[in-house]
Amino acid sequence: MTAIHILKEREKQIYEKGSQPFDLTCDKHSIAGSISQRACVFCGSRVVLYPIADALHLVHGPIGCAAYTWDIRGALSSGPQLHRFSFSTDLKEKDVIFGGEKKLYQALNTLIDTYSPKAAFVYATCIVGIIGDDVDSICKKMSKEKGIPVLPVHSEGFKGTKKDGYKAACEALFKLVGQGSINHDSETSKFRINILGEFNIGGEAWIIKNYYEKIGVQVVSVMTGDSRIDDIKSAHEASLNVVQCSGSMTTLAKMMKEKYDIPFIRVSYFGIEDVSKALYDVSAHFKDNPQILENTKKLVSSEIQNIYPELQKIKKALFGKKAAIYVGGAFKAFSLIKALRLIGMDVVLVGSQTGDQDDYKMLKELCDDGTVIVDDANPLELSKYIVEKKADLVIGGVKERPIAYKMGIGFCDHNHERKIPLAGFIGMLNFAKEVYATVMSPVWKFAPRHL
Amino acid sequence: MATEEYVTVTKNACKLCTPLGASLFFKGICGSIPLLHGSQGCSTYIRRYLISHFKEPVDIACSNFGEQTAIFGGEVNLKVAFDNIIRQYNPEFIGVATTCLSETIGDDVPMFIRKYKEANRDNKLPQLVYVSTASYRGTHIDGFHDSVKATVDILTSEYSYCKRENSINIFPGMLSPADLRYLKEIFNDFDVPFVMLPDYSQILDGSPWKEYQKFPKGGTKVENIINMGTAKACIEFGKILAEQNSAGKLLNKRYDMPCYNIGIPMGIHETDIFFNSIETITGKSTPEKYIEERGRLIDSYIDSHKYVMGVRAAVYGEEDMVVAIVSFLNEIGIIPVLCASGGKSGYFKDKIREMISDFDEKGIVVIDDSDFSHIETFAKQLKPDILIGSSKGYAISRSLKIPLIRVGFPIHDRINGSRILHIGYRGAQQLFDTIVNTLLEKRQESSVVGYSYM
Ligand code: SF4
Ligand code: SF4
Repeated sequence: MTAIHILKEREKQIYEKGSQPFDLTCDKHSIAGSISQRACVFCGSRVVLYPIADALHLVHGPIGCAAYTWDIRGALSSGPQLHRFSFSTDLKEKDVIFGGEKKLYQALNTLIDTYSPKAAFVYATCIVGIIGDDVDSICKKMSKEKGIPVLPVHSEGFKGTKKDGYKAACEALFKLVGQGSINHDSETSKFRINILGEFNIGGEAWIIKNYYEKIGVQVVSVMTGDSRIDDIKSAHEASLNVVQCSGSMTTLAKMMKEKYDIPFIRVSYFGIEDVSKALYDVSAHFKDNPQILENTKKLVSSEIQNIYPELQKIKKALFGKKAAIYVGGAFKAFSLIKALRLIGMDVVLVGSQTGDQDDYKMLKELCDDGTVIVDDANPLELSKYIVEKKADLVIGGVKERPIAYKMGIGFCDHNHERKIPLAGFIGMLNFAKEVYATVMSPVWKFAPRHL
Repeated sequence: MATEEYVTVTKNACKLCTPLGASLFFKGICGSIPLLHGSQGCSTYIRRYLISHFKEPVDIACSNFGEQTAIFGGEVNLKVAFDNIIRQYNPEFIGVATTCLSETIGDDVPMFIRKYKEANRDNKLPQLVYVSTASYRGTHIDGFHDSVKATVDILTSEYSYCKRENSINIFPGMLSPADLRYLKEIFNDFDVPFVMLPDYSQILDGSPWKEYQKFPKGGTKVENIINMGTAKACIEFGKILAEQNSAGKLLNKRYDMPCYNIGIPMGIHETDIFFNSIETITGKSTPEKYIEERGRLIDSYIDSHKYVMGVRAAVYGEEDMVVAIVSFLNEIGIIPVLCASGGKSGYFKDKIREMISDFDEKGIVVIDDSDFSHIETFAKQLKPDILIGSSKGYAISRSLKIPLIRVGFPIHDRINGSRILHIGYRGAQQLFDTIVNTLLEKRQESSVVGYSYM
């Protein structure tokens, strides 16, 4: 086997802590010919808006973009399931030549009549950007005719990266905010928040919402896990935005700060340390009500007590095992490093698809010497480092799984397709159990790297 | 059915886009890298989709269009992509498939490739094959077949052949790794040289590694593809494909090579035709092993005929796959009351009608260019007992409470997508056993008594 070369252009996107002065390049377009683990603008928009269950999501373009995103995420809804459909205008050659506007209009017309959604999102994909359909004006027209918000989402894949897709999604959400109001007749508390960047994978939003309710804080809207258009419309009535998955939702939080003067804080719900901090930070914000802090203390200690004994057992088994982390956003990586330490594991590689300079600096602070830090890695690089660093576990998404398994290494899905909640205290336990199940499986002894 | 709705919107597509088929095909060549010419998302989505089925790494490169590229064209990106792939992977073969984006802006990829070759005249370049796969002109199966043809076209055209070898070219189409392995076994047992294109039987269903392999073991060798022009005959699966321009027909025209265009060999009838073709080409008789497989299959047909007779099935998938399954169902007495495909070749209904003598009396519904919402609508009316097709029919299976027999591509909710055997006597046996057992289980579970004998 020939050695794996790191492409020259990519050298600056990889850093080993303790080796050279820190100067990691990121935020670059993936280079041509590389096999990036990244997706496109559309993907970014789609993941953010996807969980809104009472909205129509219509992908305007040829069939692929819609087909590949049909029901791919574990985002649960407690009611309508409209988000799980894959609707596409399925553009054909003649549409590409003569334009797809008529088709889009007809599609929206039929779909809105059939499914009576509370709003519709129209995703403009690459081809639409090229053939120049006036998606905005069709949406406007449709909105008027049907009396619901019909929002264009400009997510032409080639016009940027996944981050630009997040931004387009936030802009669409922002148009909804402020159009409604929560029911003020019933008992509403003045301690109100929005949960931003929580997508209810495996029911995580429900877990988190429950914590907030227990400490005496009202959740106006979750964006976008199990969310409803009406809740989003009332989001401006919250007094604090609590932002997880900051990469995707900070734009919206900033816009709401500017227009509605709602402050925001960044949190993470992964790992005991971070979920506790999230709850404490929120209670600190509402310090005029000391009861909230009291409740938080009680909740945190009882939740930790519940899971601690089992975590200790798992930690004993996993002590000293090595993990590699490759996830979409860098913020999640911080939490994962801490959560892995809690169960006795060392992190030997950490990388992300979309981290920025500040993220990577912070990662560097958090990591031990010898840890490899990468931006926008490809399969060859990932495999090279996980083998070299003797990882026992890879944490990533569905595209990283076969790389880990092929090399005979355990794997834990920490992306949007998993079915088990990993957030909150109970999520920490689930996570530990899953890591245990994969790292401690007896099958690895048959893998070639152990022979 | 509202016809308006039929033309303007696709709900839960029963097809994928053309570059997916092309990428899968290119994975089946030894030392090859598929390169999608367009923007990043398409290639990542396609990789993800293939990975979820095959559960193996699927490396697909991309020329990564940005905004500038979309305005000024993708020549530079393609060149840089070639350079980088060659530097990092040093492949023997790069299969370039276009995406909708590069097609729409009108990139002249053949010219880009010519210029690249000229500029690199002094370097040894990999084989560069290009196929046009605008998704708005077909489905994944078209992308697959078009890439087979493009590859054969380009790789055999540079050579003139004087000698006719005794070998057979086999174009199996989009089958499972298990099917491809079985085909190789058959040709080996016949003791006849052959070239199968593609062959991802090891690449997409192989052992774990000690070190990351840029190129997993296996795949059709480039030199063997080049030699396809010297073979004695071709066998090509697919009755719909038989009506279209294909790799086999190209060889037939170019080298006057006999081409056997037969159906995908599912069930006894079609498998017999397949074995007969090999016998005719080679003059050898079918090895005993397969005669015994056939015998056991017939024996099991007899043992279980009552459980399947008159059972109603809804079948969906690629047109040729559905046609093959229908042929199999027809020979065991199952009525394919609904036959659906997202493809639109224009031959689908005729091919099915041809096979079933009392097609009209049976009230069989055939729909092409369809999606899962049409399939569900018809399934509600036609009340099939079983569904047969990819895992994407699960939503219907669940809502209508009809068991789903998983075959074809994709299988995203079970672990054995690569190992499902569809073809030959052995594949028919597997499928038959699965169907009968599913029906028995359904009967057993719904019985008040719960008999423990059949
Ligand atoms: S743009 Fe075309 S090639 Fe890309 S995913 Fe969509 S349909 Fe497929
Ligand atoms: S890159 Fe463009 S065409 Fe491809 S999946 Fe993304 S939006 Fe669709």
